[in-house]
Amino acid sequence: MYGWIFSKLPGPLWLRIVTSLVLLGGVLVLMVQFLFPWMAQFSPFTDSTIGLARHP
Amino acid sequence: MLQEKADLPAAPAPRRGGTPPSGLYRALQVFGELLLTAGVVLLLFVAWQLWWTNLDADARQREVVRDFAQDLAGHQSALPAANTGVAGSAGQVSGSRSPGSKGSAKPAAVAPEPAPGTTIGVVYVPRFGADYTRPVVQGTTPEVLDSLGLGHYAGTAMPGAAGNFALAGHRQTHGAVLDNIDALVPGDRIYVQTREGYYIYRFRNSEIVLPTATDVLLPVPARPAATPTESYLTMTSCNPRFGSQERIIAYSLLERWQPASAGPPAEIAGQVARTLGDG
Repeated sequence: MYGWIFSKLPGPLWLRIVTSLVLLGGVLVLMVQFLFPWMAQFSPFTDSTIGLARHP
Repeated sequence: MLQEKADLPAAPAPRRGGTPPSGLYRALQVFGELLLTAGVVLLLFVAWQLWWTNLDADARQREVVRDFAQDLAGHQSALPAANTGVAGSAGQVSGSRSPGSKGSAKPAAVAPEPAPGTTIGVVYVPRFGADYTRPVVQGTTPEVLDSLGLGHYAGTAMPGAAGNFALAGHRQTHGAVLDNIDALVPGDRIYVQTREGYYIYRFRNSEIVLPTATDVLLPVPARPAATPTESYLTMTSCNPRFGSQERIIAYSLLERWQPASAGPPAEIAGQVARTLGDG
């Protein structure tokens, strides 16, 4: 899958490496911004209040 | 399995050019890559939760404290300069336990409860470290607790009022503001600085309760029918660390109060100066 994506990237090898690094960085930013905060509701570390239901 | 064994030895060769790999081989490869991806994402999530959220929340909280200090500086320059040293030194232990009965002549000033998300003040806990300066913000929603610091339970008393000034804070992740809550020793001071002044609480005891034990937030903790005559500070956090099966509760009692014009108590004077200096 990743090999196939890499082979579809345009340009010479160095440009394809740069492009894949940029893509990886973009995916990381998306995960930190949206995926991880959403996943955090399933982790037990953040329940510090009394009597309040977990806020989804 | 037999099918795979038959396919696998032949599979690597076609990749180097020649006949394309079989559909099963491709499917297995994509499946394996997805599994590897899921593993990496989960590891990244753990790193984010346990490490990054702390950096993020620490930076946000420093910002909140800085804003509060700036606000305070503006507020105080508007007041008449009355730094006459009215209140006693920080080491002073008053015999009486009623709010504001000693240390300052007047009863403690009580501010009205602000809007959710508004900074109430700053908490200093020498037991948690000489640089422990954390904001207290109105409300206990995740938006407050996950980035702004300690959250004030809406509807509970404000600092200095007869009743229960109740705060929640994370034990782990998102700044871990109450990580060392179990290290408090009876007699430890907890300083709450607001626009009005400094409220000096004395830690008394802690207990571990179930998450549903809302009676710890009552005006007199765990006494449903009682009318408060004293000013309590109750802090709640997760227990155990990295878990949420229980809550750890730390109770403190207001020892004395001094107005902002009297300056900070001696024990935290350096810390307050550093905090305000940032503003």
